[in-house]
Amino acid sequence: MRVLSWIVIAVVVLWAAVPGVFTGYDPIAGVPAEKLQPPSAEHLFGTDAVGRDLFARVVHGSVHSLTGAFVAVAVGLLVGTLLGLLAGAAGGLLDEAVMRVVDVLLSVPALLLALTVIILLGPGTVNVAIAVGIGSVAAFARLSRAEVVRVRQADYVEAAFGSGGRFPAVLWRHVLPNSLGPVIALAALQFGVAILAISTLGFLGYGAEPPTPEWGLLISEGRNYLATSWWLTTLPGTVVVAVVLAASRISRSIGRERA
Amino acid sequence: MSLLEVDDLTVSYRGPYGGRRAVEGISFALEPGEVVAVVGESGSGKTTTAHALIGLLPSNGTIDRGRILLGGTDIATWSSRRMESVRGARIGLIPQDPSNSLDPVKTVGAQIGEVLRIHRRGDRRTIARRVLDLLARVGLPDPEVRARQYPHELSGGMRQRVLIAIAIALEPELVIADEPTSALDVTVQRRILDLVDDLRAEFGTAVLLVTHDLGVAAGRSDRLVVMRDGGVEEQGGTREVLAAPAAAYTRRLLDDAPALTAREFRTPPDTEPVIVARDLVKEFRVGRRPFRAVDGVSFEVRRGSTHALVGESGSGKTTTARMVARFARPTRGTVTVAGAGADREFRRHVQLVYQDPYGSLDPRQSIAQIVEEPLRNFRLGDGDTRRARVRELVERVALPPDVLGRRPRELSGGQRQRVAIARALAVGPEVVVLDEAVSALDVTVQAQILDLLEELQRDLGLTYLFISHDLAVVRQISHTVSVMKKGRIVEFGTTQQVFTDPRHEYTRELLAAIPEPVR
Repeated sequence: MRVLSWIVIAVVVLWAAVPGVFTGYDPIAGVPAEKLQPPSAEHLFGTDAVGRDLFARVVHGSVHSLTGAFVAVAVGLLVGTLLGLLAGAAGGLLDEAVMRVVDVLLSVPALLLALTVIILLGPGTVNVAIAVGIGSVAAFARLSRAEVVRVRQADYVEAAFGSGGRFPAVLWRHVLPNSLGPVIALAALQFGVAILAISTLGFLGYGAEPPTPEWGLLISEGRNYLATSWWLTTLPGTVVVAVVLAASRISRSIGRERA
Repeated sequence: MSLLEVDDLTVSYRGPYGGRRAVEGISFALEPGEVVAVVGESGSGKTTTAHALIGLLPSNGTIDRGRILLGGTDIATWSSRRMESVRGARIGLIPQDPSNSLDPVKTVGAQIGEVLRIHRRGDRRTIARRVLDLLARVGLPDPEVRARQYPHELSGGMRQRVLIAIAIALEPELVIADEPTSALDVTVQRRILDLVDDLRAEFGTAVLLVTHDLGVAAGRSDRLVVMRDGGVEEQGGTREVLAAPAAAYTRRLLDDAPALTAREFRTPPDTEPVIVARDLVKEFRVGRRPFRAVDGVSFEVRRGSTHALVGESGSGKTTTARMVARFARPTRGTVTVAGAGADREFRRHVQLVYQDPYGSLDPRQSIAQIVEEPLRNFRLGDGDTRRARVRELVERVALPPDVLGRRPRELSGGQRQRVAIARALAVGPEVVVLDEAVSALDVTVQAQILDLLEELQRDLGLTYLFISHDLAVVRQISHTVSVMKKGRIVEFGTTQQVFTDPRHEYTRELLAAIPEPVR
């Protein structure tokens, strides 16, 4: 299962890096004569209403979804872990203040929070990614704080202070590396969740502008043809599901290894 | 016919990297009413043997070979279900850790009653009456009150008594006691072992005593089975084995057991005091009431000598040590260390070695990084001189140079404790506080570390503050001793004075708890 998960992720990353290798069709310009064809040897995923090859659109779209997810996870991981580390290490009033803010963030549904941020930032691929990332800050902060608090109790951390270590050095050398395991597992999980969230926002029309082949947008466009052309929604949807499952599978294996 | 006969028993565990033999073809027998002690160091297979006998091996453990004859019937091949008729009824188990072995949400009475109910010994009323009898029998005052209490309301020793009550509830022919007293204070330990002795005399129960403590085994058993690496090294009558051990390994165990070798007392050097503690008080807040962990403690430690703080759990000895090492701030009173600087400079002068060699080393660092860390913190020397110093330190604590690149988990407990000592010595401190630094180690390893500490003291002129609950170890290493009880020092003197002429009742009680030869 783990190998399969890595293969799925590797293929999608390759789609994003060198789409030309996987498909010869243009993702934007269609051939009207070949519109709404079911999947065949020629068009693996069939074609859409303006005769564009759907597989080409999925392959070329992966770069938008992946970078989006990557930015989202990076925002969540960096900001969240930093907050968690400070709160857990400093304790006291700072801890209380940060964690109460985190509580508030956690109490708002993630999608609603992302939508709120998009309304502030305006739509667009990068903004959507940042919005989704902000939605996951709370989860990262919570987890990393819990880990930091656990590691801070360890004898070796006290021993590090005992051998003359200053606060930032001990934090960097001992507390951070030893608290990072579960956080990295969460990052892998969040990668899948972010793809899903970005696709959702794309479906709702907050992400990329129409001709762009973003995954959520593809599914949204296919919605009008659900009764006649099932492949327009089903096949991109399957790709999204496969990537999300693979990411969560990898997250679990990381979590188990580093535990 | 023997009560229990173990013949060529072989047990192995399946792991992610293939199988591992834990017990390899061991044989021994147990007669009715006899106490047989199985002794060995950690990893010798003694606990695995005990678990195999009662059919409680973990799910990845299997009996590969051999027979376990209980009253002539081979129970080695019985399913766990079939073993239910044996467990409790014919073989009782006193588990190792009294704090983990009772259900926290059930009353003590209900837990003792459970074993009677499972084996259908009478109706509710008779069971309730029997529970009270048992509680009284194991020496718990006010059985009616105790039966309604929950485990957390009882002390460690009382919990162990409850576990013993459960083990003897059905009057089994055999009781397996797996390290029954290792988690308890010495004075409590003695009372529990006395209780086990009494019960044996009363019911004629045979006891299989599994222990790492040769002192306990020597005083309490009729026969000894010495185990090592899953095999039986030697067995025979306890007195004979102790008087004339046949196997070299047994001899080494005897030599290393601090309780069984009486060395010369160390006399304190005539030097000036380095550590001076005056009226130390430490209060913690527990809920609203302040709790006084240390209550007016004063002592002095002379340069180049070892001062031991001895006491049972909760006596405040660790808190005192932490105040000396400035990891805790005294509520009142002062502690001064001659020649030590303020704040961070203080750490160059006073170092602390922890009890747990597994928790005190960062699992992600290499040994070289761990030992180098204090040098980096104080910016002593450049990269090359630091590396040279690390090599020198590792050699100093008698570790092979190839450990430098390894991680702590690849080292044994004793090796880790050596690394911790090397780290403590890196910046050239004059005072080292050792907080139960050898308590978690096997006797042989313990003896080696004690030798190392003594040698380092001689060569480097170190002053030690040695915290321990183990009087036998203290007798061996320290020059002067303070006995602590409930946050106060009840007796102070040279080791010789305290051991040969104890003044305080409590000291006498502590001394009575160590096995014969050293007293």
